[in-house]
Amino acid sequence: MSADVTTPAAAEPTARGRKALLEVEHVTQWFPVKSGIVIDRTVANVHAVDDVSFTLTEGETLGLVGESGCGKTTLSRTVLKLLNPTTGTLRFDGRDITKANRRGMRPVRREMQMVFQDPFASLNPRKRVGQILQTPLKQRGVAKDQLQKDAADLLDRVGLRREHVNRFPHEFSGGQRQRIGIARALAMQPKLIVLDEPVSALDVSIQAQIINLLEELQDGLGLTYLFVAHDLSVVRHVSDRIAVMYLGKIMELSPAEELYDKPIHPYTQALLSAIPVPDPRENRARERIVVSGEPPNPINPPPGCVFNTRCPRATDVCRTVIPPLTEYANGHQAACHHPLNVTAEEIATSIRSDASPKLAGDVVPDLVPAGVTAGS
Amino acid sequence: MTEPILVIDHLKVDFQTDEGTVHAVDDVSLSLAPGEVLAIVGESGSGKSVTAMSLLGLNRGPNARFTGTAMYKGTELLSASNDDLRKIRGAEIAMIFQDPMTSLNPVQRIGDQIAEQILAHEKLSKAQVRDRVVELMERVGIPRAAERARSYPHEFSGGMRQRVMIALALSCSPNVLIADEPTTALDVTIQAQILERIKDLKEETGTAIILVTHDLGVVADIADRIAVMYGGRIVEQGTVDEIFYDPQHPYTWGLLGSITRVDRPRGERLPSIAGLPPSLLDPPAGCHFRARCPHEFPKCLEVPPLEDRGCGHADRCWLTVEEKRAKREVRPGEIGLANKEEVAPV
Amino acid sequence: MGRFIVRRIIGMILVMFAVSILTFLIFQVIPNGDPAVRMAGKNSTPTQIAAIRDTWHFNDPIYEQYVYTMKQVFTGSLISYSDQTNVWQEIKKGLPRTFALGIGAAIIWMVLGVSLGLYSAVRSGGFSDRLLTVLALIGVSMPVFWVGALMSYYLGYKFGWFPNGGYTEIAQGGFGQWIYHLILPWTALAILFVGVYSRILRSNILDTINDDYVRTARAKGISERQVLIRHVLRNSLIPIITLWGLDFGLVIGGGAVLTESVFNLQGVGQYFAEAIGRLDVPPVLEVTILGAFFIVLLNTVVDIVYALLDPRIRLGS
Ligand SMILES: Nc1ncnc2c1ncn2[C@@H]1O[C@H](COP(=O)(O)OP(=O)(O)OP(=O)(O)O)[C@@H](O)[C@H]1O
Ligand SMILES: Nc1ncnc2c1ncn2[C@@H]1O[C@H](COP(=O)(O)OP(=O)(O)OP(=O)(O)O)[C@@H](O)[C@H]1O
Ligand code: SF4
Ligand SMILES: [Mg+2]
Ligand SMILES: [Mg+2]
Repeated sequence: MSADVTTPAAAEPTARGRKALLEVEHVTQWFPVKSGIVIDRTVANVHAVDDVSFTLTEGETLGLVGESGCGKTTLSRTVLKLLNPTTGTLRFDGRDITKANRRGMRPVRREMQMVFQDPFASLNPRKRVGQILQTPLKQRGVAKDQLQKDAADLLDRVGLRREHVNRFPHEFSGGQRQRIGIARALAMQPKLIVLDEPVSALDVSIQAQIINLLEELQDGLGLTYLFVAHDLSVVRHVSDRIAVMYLGKIMELSPAEELYDKPIHPYTQALLSAIPVPDPRENRARERIVVSGEPPNPINPPPGCVFNTRCPRATDVCRTVIPPLTEYANGHQAACHHPLNVTAEEIATSIRSDASPKLAGDVVPDLVPAGVTAGS
Repeated sequence: MTEPILVIDHLKVDFQTDEGTVHAVDDVSLSLAPGEVLAIVGESGSGKSVTAMSLLGLNRGPNARFTGTAMYKGTELLSASNDDLRKIRGAEIAMIFQDPMTSLNPVQRIGDQIAEQILAHEKLSKAQVRDRVVELMERVGIPRAAERARSYPHEFSGGMRQRVMIALALSCSPNVLIADEPTTALDVTIQAQILERIKDLKEETGTAIILVTHDLGVVADIADRIAVMYGGRIVEQGTVDEIFYDPQHPYTWGLLGSITRVDRPRGERLPSIAGLPPSLLDPPAGCHFRARCPHEFPKCLEVPPLEDRGCGHADRCWLTVEEKRAKREVRPGEIGLANKEEVAPV
Repeated sequence: MGRFIVRRIIGMILVMFAVSILTFLIFQVIPNGDPAVRMAGKNSTPTQIAAIRDTWHFNDPIYEQYVYTMKQVFTGSLISYSDQTNVWQEIKKGLPRTFALGIGAAIIWMVLGVSLGLYSAVRSGGFSDRLLTVLALIGVSMPVFWVGALMSYYLGYKFGWFPNGGYTEIAQGGFGQWIYHLILPWTALAILFVGVYSRILRSNILDTINDDYVRTARAKGISERQVLIRHVLRNSLIPIITLWGLDFGLVIGGGAVLTESVFNLQGVGQYFAEAIGRLDVPPVLEVTILGAFFIVLLNTVVDIVYALLDPRIRLGS
């Protein structure tokens, strides 16, 4: 590929100028940890999502990746208002929905749908597939005599057989069930679909089909996606931009291709290196940098950079000061005191992003970590 | 070669349903040597889980019919009584399931669920069991294990639940571990750690592993041999290198071709295998892949045999070796084919 | 938890308030409802009626009557219009009988419902399952008073195996007599619930038995019985136990009116039924409020028990 000769893909990265569909500003989601026999007191909070900001423009796909338990699902549920944010602001289509109640959400609800992580638990086991699909169709006001046909069309669309309408979810394998989940979301004709690990349960050839299907649907219907996944290779394919999350915070947000060519955050690099290469020889030859340890407890996140307990580049400033999200060229943002793959000039021309956590320190990234040999 | 620990011979599994008989597994033969990792890969619904679960009789039921044999250390698993199977389950052959979110009892504490497994096969005191549970949880990388043993499953994220499932499976040091998509729900850094742990387990204890997965990256990392399943049948079987660098079956080509890789530039659309998996209710005559195969010809209307091309590398396709070599070369730029040096027969 | 209980207490007060107002108003609007006329008797003069109206505050504005009556309800000094007895004293006499009926029947229907439900789930599809399905259907569709009347007539009157109605206190006739008198009413009341419970449990079990964690339990190598009891039954029972609490509340709160009347147990329900027959407002009002109290109370207990049994449920959120 020689994209760099003509218009580089990175030149129009975030589809700027297009309408913002979903604006997430400093959103925090804490789950109180309660204890007490008669009267419950909040003794601590799970910092599941901690001061996250991003904007989804109409028609784009934002990939969201990160470690198990880092808050991806919580964030997806919060932006859909399936959970009320602890603090922060949510705007959908320009409308502030942070405080909207159930009734206020009703017109918006249809326009944002979710496909769940768990194709096994998210489908009612007592309902036939036809019924599962007809419920949202009815809500949308599809005529009675049209229901059957529309449901069958949806099955067609997601690559299932029309004869499957009369089956129950448990009669399908994992992959087939996820298609039903996607069909159910499509039944509402939404603007935004939040896909929580939609292809994790599928095998590769079907993953490819579903991803192609999702892209076709996007082109055809102008859908906007928030695509949550733990598989960086899948995310890359669907995303225009990718946000990397760790322990409730966004570590890096970058145009998709650039994230792979030029990861700025050490955590992103660790993630990339942990992916097994589907090639036995290369795999045997390759020295993998597997980050050791576990993500810290989100009830008590470490001070400073939340990655500092596992980071090979961490220094004192990492352990005390929360790094701001620094914006480099192409809207590539990273929250790291000691970024990788950037030059001193790039740091000099970088700016502090508005999306930085409110408690972030006011420090400029520093190329060579003091006291650490920048050898990695 | 060492004596295999598990030999599956002509396994067939049919389920009676309202719409007819589902031929979920159709003539599968496999063998597993001690300490070996055998990966079963294949399309969603191709019968991988059914094969795996049949070994422990977990899908027995009035509507299920099993034929063939599965010999484990002198016991024929398919016809064994429930009591005999019970002694094997968990203790000799353990299983990790596809879906950690629903595989744990929601109203029982994590620690109790692991303890139940231990007590099913060993007589230990309460304190001994508790220590063992904590040790197991630590071994699979659950921090603050003693405290977390008192948690309920809903308080764990998906990755943590799968660790619990692995701890469960390891608790009686089984000889065979059947892992059905053990890392599907996990992110890569944890997946890497868990795969390391599974490899360690294999080294330390000589546990043989059947790994059901669709992640060819994982397969390349951990498997010794691969069986590719399609429509209830094994369509190709061989060592990792044979499957990756000398794939014989057009379905395997498609499978390898649809892999996404982070270390290669991103293409336009993902290459995928067109069409739908066959209906197992009414499977097509002949080769099950026929309807989606770009190289199909009249002969394919007959069922191709799983033909061994030497040294255990076998496939179910009517094309000759030469034809295959010629045909698969027309799809350049794909994994495996980029490294298309021949694999010398070992 | 604390907040939950406070909220429930507030809810309880509101429900009792609403129920009392409703009952009170109904008796204001139904025809022939004027208590003064009935209290005065057949050959009364208008002056007599007026006098009664005056002493019983029937001329006061309606809200004052309400407040006055409610004060009496909560001080236990409410007097029946028809026989001038103290309503609370009468209820207190009936309560042990109603409780004896309700608790006994609840135990019977729970034990039988669970056993039969479990049995037909295990034998699902077989002959005994189908037979039980038919029986349950019959049990569910037979009206309690009809079953009661049949039992009372044949087993009590015709064959004389059981007493023909009535109630014996333990202190009087001993434990044996007490049970002897209650067996028929218990059975009559329990039949309906046995049918319902065994069906619900059966379908819960058949759903749960396909759950992934049950498969995990099997893969552990524990016996099928342990799988059934520790995993399947335990998880399927949770909704049954909560239902049990609610139904028990209903029975105690007035749901056993018919059974009590058929077997002449003279419990609160029968007292209530007779009061309605006489259009006697005070007993109806007080029993209704008491019933509402029991139902809401049992509801609260059920919610707490539910949260204890299922850790995924959090109270008050
Ligand atoms: N209802 C809840 N109460 C308390 N803590 C919760 C709750 N839901 C989630 N958490 C915690 O919040 C954190 C984020 O969880 P979340 O499910 O969003 O992670 P995730 O990124 O989706 O993980 P995975 O990749 O495993 O799905 C975890 O530590 C989890 O334990
Ligand atoms: N109890 C059952 N009754 C009827 N059909 C069944 C039953 N169990 C499985 N099947 C069918 O058998 C086929 C094989 O299913 P299986 O679960 O083995 O697929 P799989 O290869 O594991 O797929 P996945 O990767 O999606 O898990 C599917 O078509 C499924 O619908
Ligand atoms: S800020 Fe420090 S600890 Fe955090 S990722 Fe960067 S170098 Fe590592
Ligand atoms: Mg998640
Ligand atoms: Mg499977």
